[in-house]
Amino acid sequence: MGENLKVVRDATCTFCGCVCDDMHLTVDLDQKRIMKAENACILGKAWFREHGIEERPLALIGGRTATTEEAVEAAAQILAQARFPLIYGLSDTTCEAQRVAVAIADMIGGTVDTTTSVCHGPSGIAFEGVGESTASLGEIKNRADLVVFWGGNPAEAHPRLFSRYAVTPKGMFIPNGRKDRTVVLVDVRRTPSTPAADIFIQVKPRSDFEVLWALRALVKGRKVDPSIERRTGVSLAVLEDLVARMKSCRFGVFLFGMGLTMNRGRHFNSGALLALATDLNEFTHWVAKPVRGHGNVTGADNVVSWQTGFPFGVNFSRGYPRFNPGEFTSVDLLTRREADAALIIASDPADNFPKAAIEHLRRIPVITLDPKATPTTQLAQVAFTTATYGINVSGTVYRMDDVPITLRPAFESPYPSDEQVLTAIRDRVRALLGGNRLPAGAPVAAAS
Amino acid sequence: MAEIMTLIGGRSSKQGTTLCASKLGAAYAEISSTLEMNVEDMARLGLSNNSKVRLRTPAGEAILRCKGRETKDLPPGILFMTYGPLSSQLMAGDTAGSGMPISKNLDVEVEPVRDENGP
Repeated sequence: MGENLKVVRDATCTFCGCVCDDMHLTVDLDQKRIMKAENACILGKAWFREHGIEERPLALIGGRTATTEEAVEAAAQILAQARFPLIYGLSDTTCEAQRVAVAIADMIGGTVDTTTSVCHGPSGIAFEGVGESTASLGEIKNRADLVVFWGGNPAEAHPRLFSRYAVTPKGMFIPNGRKDRTVVLVDVRRTPSTPAADIFIQVKPRSDFEVLWALRALVKGRKVDPSIERRTGVSLAVLEDLVARMKSCRFGVFLFGMGLTMNRGRHFNSGALLALATDLNEFTHWVAKPVRGHGNVTGADNVVSWQTGFPFGVNFSRGYPRFNPGEFTSVDLLTRREADAALIIASDPADNFPKAAIEHLRRIPVITLDPKATPTTQLAQVAFTTATYGINVSGTVYRMDDVPITLRPAFESPYPSDEQVLTAIRDRVRALLGGNRLPAGAPVAAAS
Repeated sequence: MAEIMTLIGGRSSKQGTTLCASKLGAAYAEISSTLEMNVEDMARLGLSNNSKVRLRTPAGEAILRCKGRETKDLPPGILFMTYGPLSSQLMAGDTAGSGMPISKNLDVEVEPVRDENGP
């Protein structure tokens, strides 16, 4: 460790949706590295440790080193010439950058979609149909005496959700912390999260909806046949016991993961859980929150919603925003080979999209913004290296409970921020198009 | 002989820490090409830790290395792997009009891979 050290107190970790804002970072300004991240979990420690400054070109065009300005020109040409471009990602960047990305989509008549569509997108669809009984993580910490984790593994994906908010911390009305809470975990397999639970309910794969619907019936006093156990792996007695606990707690919370959304049933599963929370409010206070993965995926939902009225999968090709999951979501646009160019910001679909979607990304011009080399930057025609949000870049991110938090960067980067690159692309595209691209067949009056 | 089992894709803390370093590195490749499998299933298929196994779905196939899990941790017939380039090979692009491809509880054909370099 060098002598030119700086301590940044109450910095924010943007690895996951917990967005813990109590990090105390020791920064070596000569090496431009974070040497110590006090309060960070295992994931946060890796996040801070591994995001020093790497020796990478500012940009690559067709695999050749380029300046940022040259890459902006190349990216703008691609977007201005594309007929059905896709803008995707956005969950690991600031709200300020997200806002510019939506503006570009609007200007070029393209589609803007975020990693929400392959995360809690189905929950977003369910919110529209069923509604959401919600709370902040602070309320959960201070009030929840029954916590039900459903279809998730927070011990590995969101470690501090347990220690900071939902399992062990003492709260205003939970003075004894863990002793005052009953913790239930529902999953198809035992995970490192299981030991944290008082009650583990192991459901058969593809049975979440059936279990949730049976719980709804029991909450409403209806009869459920004991054969539910054969279908779901969960006995009627276990369900009745859970219902009794849920109706008699003071403040209950469902924290649900992608075991519901990435599974058969998708938004029906999320909707069933949200409806169960609503049902339980006839008896006591219940809330339900999706547990979010990326550091600012919740911000992406918020920004896209503010600007378009919809949270993800929004298309502007008619000159106004249209939302239609399945039509304007990235996996569908790529699998059906409809997108003819893609601007991918702070995301790596080439590492986790279905094979057919990745194959189409290889066919079309792709522009990436990412601090790291990834499978997606490797297939990109234009790849920008950008600074890391939260470590090098300030701005706003949203915690998984929709609470906005301002970032406190640790040290400067030689690379531009996503917002700077996107703003330059937006300005150049605007110059190339002479303003917003009008949809084919738009009334003449609209052009004046 | 191939058997049909249920594959769950997901995250792990080791995957989370290795992806921070690099998604192009050996550690990430190793963690995302490891398949957790019930030990009784492995014994029946003649597999041991680190054996190669081929998974096949209508969308594609991938070869991974096995890691045994006791029945109390992973029931028979259930497989777990972390998301990454190989899980993508097995996922279909159809989202049933939702935007979300299915990546949990996939039916997969499981088949041991015998090669001359070992189990």
